[in-house]
Amino acid sequence: MTSAPATLPPDTAPGRRQRGTAARVRRPGRPPRPGRLRRGALPYLLLLPALLLELLIHLVPMAMGILMSFRELTQFHIRDWSSAPWTGFDNYALAVDVNRPVGEALLGSFLTTCLFTLLSVGLCWLLGTAAAVFMQETFRGRGLLRALFLVPYALPVYAAVITWAFMFQRDNGLVNHVLHDQLGLGGAEHTFWLLGDNSFWALLTVSVWKGWPFAFLIVMAALQNIPKDLYEAAALDGAGIWQQIRRITLPSVGAVNQVLILVLFLWTFNDFNTPFVLFGKSAPEAADLISIHIYQSSFVTWNFGTGSAMSVLLLLFLLLVTAGYLLLTTRGRRDADAR
Amino acid sequence: MRRTRAAAAAAVTVSLLATAATACGGGSAATGGGTNTAPKELTYWASNQGPDIAADQATLGPELKKFEQQTGIKVKLEVVPWSDLLNRILAATASGQGPDVLNIGNTWSSSLQATGALLPWDANNFEAIGGRDRFVESAIGSAGAAGKDPAAVPLYSMSYALYYNKKMFQEAGIEKPPATWDELVAVGRRLSEDGKWALGAEGSNLANNIHQVFVLSKQHGAEFFDAAGKPTFDTPANVEAVKQYVDLMAKDKVISPGNAEYDKNQSLQDFANGKTAMVLWQSAAGSFKAHGMKEGDWGVAPVPVPAGGTPGTGKNTNSMVAGINMAVFKNTDNIDGALKFVKFMTSDEEQKLLNKTYGSIPPVKAAQSDPAFATEDLTVLRNTLATSAAPLPQVPEESQFETAVGTAVKELFADAAAGRPVTTESVKARLTKAQQQMSN
Repeated sequence: MTSAPATLPPDTAPGRRQRGTAARVRRPGRPPRPGRLRRGALPYLLLLPALLLELLIHLVPMAMGILMSFRELTQFHIRDWSSAPWTGFDNYALAVDVNRPVGEALLGSFLTTCLFTLLSVGLCWLLGTAAAVFMQETFRGRGLLRALFLVPYALPVYAAVITWAFMFQRDNGLVNHVLHDQLGLGGAEHTFWLLGDNSFWALLTVSVWKGWPFAFLIVMAALQNIPKDLYEAAALDGAGIWQQIRRITLPSVGAVNQVLILVLFLWTFNDFNTPFVLFGKSAPEAADLISIHIYQSSFVTWNFGTGSAMSVLLLLFLLLVTAGYLLLTTRGRRDADAR
Repeated sequence: MRRTRAAAAAAVTVSLLATAATACGGGSAATGGGTNTAPKELTYWASNQGPDIAADQATLGPELKKFEQQTGIKVKLEVVPWSDLLNRILAATASGQGPDVLNIGNTWSSSLQATGALLPWDANNFEAIGGRDRFVESAIGSAGAAGKDPAAVPLYSMSYALYYNKKMFQEAGIEKPPATWDELVAVGRRLSEDGKWALGAEGSNLANNIHQVFVLSKQHGAEFFDAAGKPTFDTPANVEAVKQYVDLMAKDKVISPGNAEYDKNQSLQDFANGKTAMVLWQSAAGSFKAHGMKEGDWGVAPVPVPAGGTPGTGKNTNSMVAGINMAVFKNTDNIDGALKFVKFMTSDEEQKLLNKTYGSIPPVKAAQSDPAFATEDLTVLRNTLATSAAPLPQVPEESQFETAVGTAVKELFADAAAGRPVTTESVKARLTKAQQQMSN
């Protein structure tokens, strides 16, 4: 996954002022063009390498993927896939036909993923925000706690998730040992966490554990920018903690939350590593997330055309959601700003 | 300001989304045959045969040096873990950027043969490595579809056997290992008590599930693919076969329910720790030693057959032909060197040495006569290979079959473990679903 800082270039305003002074000292006889052109083109020139690489690394494979989704790309053709026959929308028809096993399984997986993402993002945000608000108070050991909270985010995904996989084992796992043997919850019979319907909750647990430190980190950074005197003024006016959080904290971090929730949503919806390490090549139905489902539909069954078609559908869905989300939240905030 | 912020968010989003749709790219129009443009160098992808990658490098390193001294060809070795090997091969096939020589799991032979990326072993190529008749026929049978030139050459052979814990058998007063499934269930009931269990299984390991139900299917006189290569997963005989395997947990209660989620060879660990008395496994001796068992702690017997039978062909098949094949990428830039290297690796001397190290059986007839392969363990494996092992279906869809039916068995084990009934209908429903996934 790539991520880029979503902050603004801090020097926009000074830049403008400089240009203004340059224009004022310009002597009448000199032709203005070359200098201004150079200055105007420079940012784009500097951006060019990054843009080209972005094109190469992301957009070209994406275009290839879209191309592949219109072909019958099975093992008979992967060696020279320009020879794979064109199939038009057959791959798509197969993927969305919910009356046949492939489409039915894809729909099931899609709904599972939606529910999973909703719960995971919600919990990650809630935990992250709550922890960040609590960590605003200065107390002894705050730094240590902050560092501790970030550990799940810093651990390599594979190592962390494989540890969870061992902890969730039925016979020798730590989770069952604590729940059943020590706390005596749910009787002496051990529970399966990695098989059947419980696998959904196991997956959600790991996902939230892995995801909330990021929310914590981002919200914590946003909180640092809220001026202290706002709280002091509110306290003087008689606002309680809860009111301060509702009236000052949350509105102040709104812009950050907008991006944070979007990023969390995309990461969680696309998450491949967690279910793959937890369940292997074929996840139980209750935890069959869309990314692993697509992997199985292409790499494991060697049908790359269908897999690509599913990927493109996923891409379209995510683009739609993202566009809708940005439109809605941005307009919502604009209205709030105008008021 | 606001617009810039939205643009920044959009940029982040696009780059995040891009990874969602990124699939494998590449695809060069490779021409058939190979060239000799780089005659002094070869790249070799070896599968992981020893306890770990480093052990393999230590085993193969000196042999590759030997080859370099004989021929002047330098071999660049990379040992690829099993979890990555097939994906790496597929990527190499799609991009045309692969090794010259590589190892493949022999069950993949037909699937990979269908890609056309591997050099077919016709009479000429076999001649270059000493002739096709040097190899055991059943091993050649697992190197590609019938009636086509094999896509690979057998390198190491293995077969399934019943490994049992001698001490646990003694304590339960059982004199000899079970030879039929009825006997296995009978002794299994005696062994499964006090938190101990008779048999281990890897219920979530798709490939292992396939290996086990393949043999049972043979024993029921069934096939998973008909003569035309069409899947026949849900025939009554196959339903019976799959049900028999899952019933070892569901009905006979000789497999611990916990085994339903095993997929990382935990059953071998349980065996070594004395928690289970038997496992059905291929060439397991090395793993047992790695888990701290000593030679002589375990016994080896052929995998059980139906009542009244003895291991043989047809309904008395009791193992798949397991093993590793060696293949050459068709677009190699050192075709002569690649053939020389395959000849070297399948020579009598190297076959003895390598198979001894890895605890497997040489698929080269002349090498099998070495006394090192006459131990109790290996004699069982060798006889099985020679008389009662059959290759998995050699059809292009083999890889899909492993996933679809392997998953069906995994789900049935999950049902059994959770105490849900496993009936003829429920087995048939899962197999029908698996079959529908194949014909899309």
